[in-house]
Amino acid sequence: MSLRTPLGKVRGLGSAKEGTQHFWVQRVSAVALIPLTLWLVAELVCLTGAGRDEVLDFLSSPLQAILMLLLVIAGFYHLKLGIQVILEDYVHGEGAKLVTSLLNTFVCFAGGAVSVFAVLKIAFGG
Amino acid sequence: MVEFTLPKNSKVGKGKSYKAPEGAKRVRKFQVYRWNPDDGQNPRMDTYDVDLDKCGPMVLDALIKIKNEMDSTLTFRRSCREGICGSCAMNINGKNGLACTTGMDEVKGDVKITPLPHMEVVKDLVPDLTNFYAQYASIEPWLKTESPAPDRERLQTEDDRRKMDGLYECILCACCSTSCPSYWWNQDRYLGPAILLQAYRWIADSRDEHTGERLDNLEDPFRLYRCHTIMNCAHACPKGLNPAKAIAEIKKLMVERRA
Repeated sequence: MSLRTPLGKVRGLGSAKEGTQHFWVQRVSAVALIPLTLWLVAELVCLTGAGRDEVLDFLSSPLQAILMLLLVIAGFYHLKLGIQVILEDYVHGEGAKLVTSLLNTFVCFAGGAVSVFAVLKIAFGG
Repeated sequence: MVEFTLPKNSKVGKGKSYKAPEGAKRVRKFQVYRWNPDDGQNPRMDTYDVDLDKCGPMVLDALIKIKNEMDSTLTFRRSCREGICGSCAMNINGKNGLACTTGMDEVKGDVKITPLPHMEVVKDLVPDLTNFYAQYASIEPWLKTESPAPDRERLQTEDDRRKMDGLYECILCACCSTSCPSYWWNQDRYLGPAILLQAYRWIADSRDEHTGERLDNLEDPFRLYRCHTIMNCAHACPKGLNPAKAIAEIKKLMVERRA
């Protein structure tokens, strides 16, 4: 039960004056992922049947390693932004929203960090 | 709020049946959602057999016939009966539309009529549009200027006037907003397609001098950016407008003013 006026409820806490950055970066990362994903698919096709050493060799060339890094970074960042939108859509309790948002951020950044480390380790011959 | 199942007191049961008069040759079944806040009962679907030979061609004609001749307790909004007031917006066989401009021949089989989706119901086919109207008020839908008022009309080029085509025709029937899943889940914070189209109508108006403030008011993860381009709004609009495009134009301006 609330005695606030309907307009008072709608105006609420006011506009957050943000959201455009999120919207824009989500589009930029999506556009970046188109050629990167095509590259990945093409490379996977080329590497069909290749052995472990051959794949490691391939990934340690500078161009391939850099493309793989870009794919991983753009991919995980895009994932983080996308999951955030889903959480905002469907998770309504402030507590649950905070916990799931934190979890989303941590998991995506951790996944990204692990992947980046793996690519660098291969690239630098670790 | 996301709800995938109806609460217990909203489960729809089977209702009463009203037969057509003896001798009726062309009969069409109308299943109509009924709910009365005063009787403590769950909602139900009543069935009315309407004699089409003694009824106009539109869905609204049938509803008026039912109310006049079969069951006067049926409650629905209607006024202009020609698609300009937006009062008779309802869900007809799964699609939001105006009962007055939806012909019975556009609908196959039995005609199933329910109120606009995911809104509180006042009674039968009447949804509570309080929040919707408050959202409309929140975008301040009037011309706002700082320059002294001119002694004559405020002038606008023909090109500028054309920018409001596809926007000014909106009759605020709420068919689009209530067809939008994002609006279903977040109507407490998301303004929805109808109100955003109306907001863009003032943003696109070359005579208005508060464009920046209007964009400021909309720049919010919920007010504007809950639109995920699902496009149900454009599909539902009985006036053939495209609220999704208006929302996309607002987003373009948001990006444009940053760099």
